[in-house]
Amino acid sequence: MNSISRRRFLKISGATVVTAAALAGASKTVVKAAESYSKPKGLQIIPSYCDLCFWKCGLLAYVKDGELWKLEGNPKDPLSNGRLCPRGTGGIGAYFDKDRLKSPLIRKNLRGEEKWIEVTWDEAFNYIADKMNKIKGQYGPEAMALFSHGIGGNFFKHLMRAYGTPNETAPSFAQCRGPREVGFELTFGDIVGSPERTDIENAKCIVLIGSHLGENMHNTQVQEFSRAVEKHASIIVVDPRFSVAASKAKYYLPIKPGTDMALLLAWMSVIVNEKLYDVEYVNKHGFGFEKFASEVSHYTPEWAYVETGIDPDIIRETAREMARYKPATLVHPGRHVTWYGDDAQRSRAIALLNALLGSWGRKGGFYIPYSFSIPKYPYPPYPEEKETVHNPDNKYPFATGEQISTGIREATITGKPYPIKGWFIYGTNLLQALPNQSETIKAIQNLDLMVVVDVVPSEIACWADVVLPESVYLERYDDLNASPFKEGFVGIRQPVIDSPNDQKPNWWMAKKLAEKLGLGHYFPWKDIEEYLDTRLKSAGLSLDELKKEGIIKGPSKPIYLEDGAEIEFATPSGKIEFYSTQLEQSGSDPVPKYTKHPEPPAGYFRLLFGRAPVHTFSKTQSNALLRDLFPENELWVNSDLAQRYGIKTGDKIKLKNQDGVISDPIKVRATERIRQDCVYMVHGFGQKSRQLRSTYKVGASDAELVTQYKTDPLMGGTGMNVNFVTFEMEV
Amino acid sequence: MPRYGMVIDTLKCVGCSDCVIACKTENNIPEGYNRDWIVTEARGKFPTINMEIRTERCNHCSETPCVSCCPTGASHIHDVGGVVLVDHEKCIGCKACVEACPYDARYIHPDGYADKCTFCIHRVEKGLKPACVEVCPTYCMHFGDLDDPNSEVSKLLQSRKWHVNLPDAGTKPNIFYLV
Repeated sequence: MNSISRRRFLKISGATVVTAAALAGASKTVVKAAESYSKPKGLQIIPSYCDLCFWKCGLLAYVKDGELWKLEGNPKDPLSNGRLCPRGTGGIGAYFDKDRLKSPLIRKNLRGEEKWIEVTWDEAFNYIADKMNKIKGQYGPEAMALFSHGIGGNFFKHLMRAYGTPNETAPSFAQCRGPREVGFELTFGDIVGSPERTDIENAKCIVLIGSHLGENMHNTQVQEFSRAVEKHASIIVVDPRFSVAASKAKYYLPIKPGTDMALLLAWMSVIVNEKLYDVEYVNKHGFGFEKFASEVSHYTPEWAYVETGIDPDIIRETAREMARYKPATLVHPGRHVTWYGDDAQRSRAIALLNALLGSWGRKGGFYIPYSFSIPKYPYPPYPEEKETVHNPDNKYPFATGEQISTGIREATITGKPYPIKGWFIYGTNLLQALPNQSETIKAIQNLDLMVVVDVVPSEIACWADVVLPESVYLERYDDLNASPFKEGFVGIRQPVIDSPNDQKPNWWMAKKLAEKLGLGHYFPWKDIEEYLDTRLKSAGLSLDELKKEGIIKGPSKPIYLEDGAEIEFATPSGKIEFYSTQLEQSGSDPVPKYTKHPEPPAGYFRLLFGRAPVHTFSKTQSNALLRDLFPENELWVNSDLAQRYGIKTGDKIKLKNQDGVISDPIKVRATERIRQDCVYMVHGFGQKSRQLRSTYKVGASDAELVTQYKTDPLMGGTGMNVNFVTFEMEV
Repeated sequence: MPRYGMVIDTLKCVGCSDCVIACKTENNIPEGYNRDWIVTEARGKFPTINMEIRTERCNHCSETPCVSCCPTGASHIHDVGGVVLVDHEKCIGCKACVEACPYDARYIHPDGYADKCTFCIHRVEKGLKPACVEVCPTYCMHFGDLDDPNSEVSKLLQSRKWHVNLPDAGTKPNIFYLV
């Protein structure tokens, strides 16, 4: 091996040698295809906002002599402060991706066989409209469902409401942050939201429970975390794996997976029993504190030690540490929290711990966010809709804000409470996002129509009847971004370069399809610029100015209680509910209780998964810039355990789960940085789309091994950290 | 004359590789190659672990085996800031410098010349920071004049503990890691 490959492969994040695809020429080919228009000379710097994840950081695109050169953060943007994360910086790789979809496709053979006929947009829309009209005639419009992730789905949401279906979902609820939002809403009457309202930079004590900031690159949070480290914040990390964040921590608690609730209850008992809580805050804002206190006071650190493996003295010490810095102690609510099926209650316990510390609404805790208010476009009213399908008989009583993706999947399989015959999927790879792939595939078999809109032939696109190729974010306008944050702002996404082939933006697809469906009057604007202009004018803003600046900020407001910000607890009592009458009425625990979760049988290990800083879900693996730095995932195995099994770093093994499902081969990373009762891999690999040549079966898919999931009785979330795997040595 | 250097705070670095990607796009580095990289060193036995994360690149040393071994004069010290550069036109791709560098900071570009970090001198001469410093979401990288006692980098070295990579190599590196 020469020094070049040593450098590339050994020094970057521990990645090891793979066959390097000869791609140097591929990107040039794509650029050449775009040379039909006359390229402007010189350097253009065009503001927009990022789409590599959902954070929507403001960016500046540098286009040199008509060629896309690089992306930087927009210094005016409060989310990025002029610094994109590695994915955002590598965003040009999405434009140059050699496996991009180029034209609309209609399925030729059976679903999933990946045989396609290239068609015109008109043919594709005719096909879809014909099927949608048939579905409407036979089953009613509610038999269509939309799965959508990201702001690019907005115009399809509008289209589906206009068509007459109420069934619209995103896996970001029941497969990700839903339990957190429900747990916090039950307690404080409001959700955490996105971007999270965490005031990390001002926190004097930060508690991360499984949340691996730094590997999980939510830009603002990582920037603020770094500032907190600089200011010597006391950091407490609870994780079965020694994460990057753990390396910055004063206390690292190597908890046994599945026992976080025991630790939370013990922490609360110490804080209650030693009267370390924010008495004034609790008295002023709390409801049902006495009942809560008498319940939690029984969970001693000694009891929790048996469950968690954490030394009782450390439990006491860390509880006191949190209390010492209150209210500037932030017990971070996490984001991907669908772990064990009692996740809404665990999230509620986190909310209650924060309530004890008085951190909700306080500097260094959870600030009170606000948005730049921009009126919606004045559309005609939607037709009357049937009940949604995702949660029949209100089985999950607190799945109220958003819909349960797996509930729509279930209805598609069973036809109850009514049939779902069409799936329209935008920007989400359901095969990796939903647990138990065989259920997803079973549901797909019941469909009369499946449409996937994507930029690359993702795994879910393989199963579609029609695939619509979308322009990447650098080639299109999207809706305005006015996320709730520490300051009000509005950001624009606008094209910085032309699409290289026949890709089209989502708004154009939605409008054209609406016209085919006889719903053109729901899209009264000529193009999206007219739509954006209308919205902006109604807020007293100008499209031209926003296109020039990328970001316009609104007037500032106080965001902390101590600065005069107003807070409303939209709970039944109008207060912070230490004791929840809503939960009591629904037959659930009004104060969280500990549930003991099954442990892996002998010879099996709990499968855990998480994020790498250069990838988002399963959507960035084919981006050559990002793939270069993290080409495949590895299986983290504790060094002693690896030695016992005779496996070492770099060995390829397969994993077999409790149901006999066997993974693709994955490289072992023998490390001291993880417990012996679990293994860990980065999510999003082991993809099965043959058209994604660079990622096909590279690494292993955790999603494939997640055949079991435990459903949260409060809100239908799917706990996915309940699968156990063993090592298959023969590869 | 300034002596350019970097001071990198390992306590803040999360090893996200943003610096690597920013370098690649800024300098059009071909796929499969990079001028900077991340090193993660974990020591100890679970759960008692000590971990340092560093972003590394050419150290722009004051003693330069890569320059003294170059048969054509392609490898040279720039007249501004003591930055070590390679003149692509003069380079014959003999790899002597690649072998001489104890930090493994050089590679042969597919176009045939030795390539490595330039401290983004094309940006620095315009008053900008190197791309890696400018992009870092943790603000862990600092660039400036080590000979100016009032520069940010000098002040950081005065106030914090630091180390350099391979101090025994005798190269007097100009990248310092705060610990």
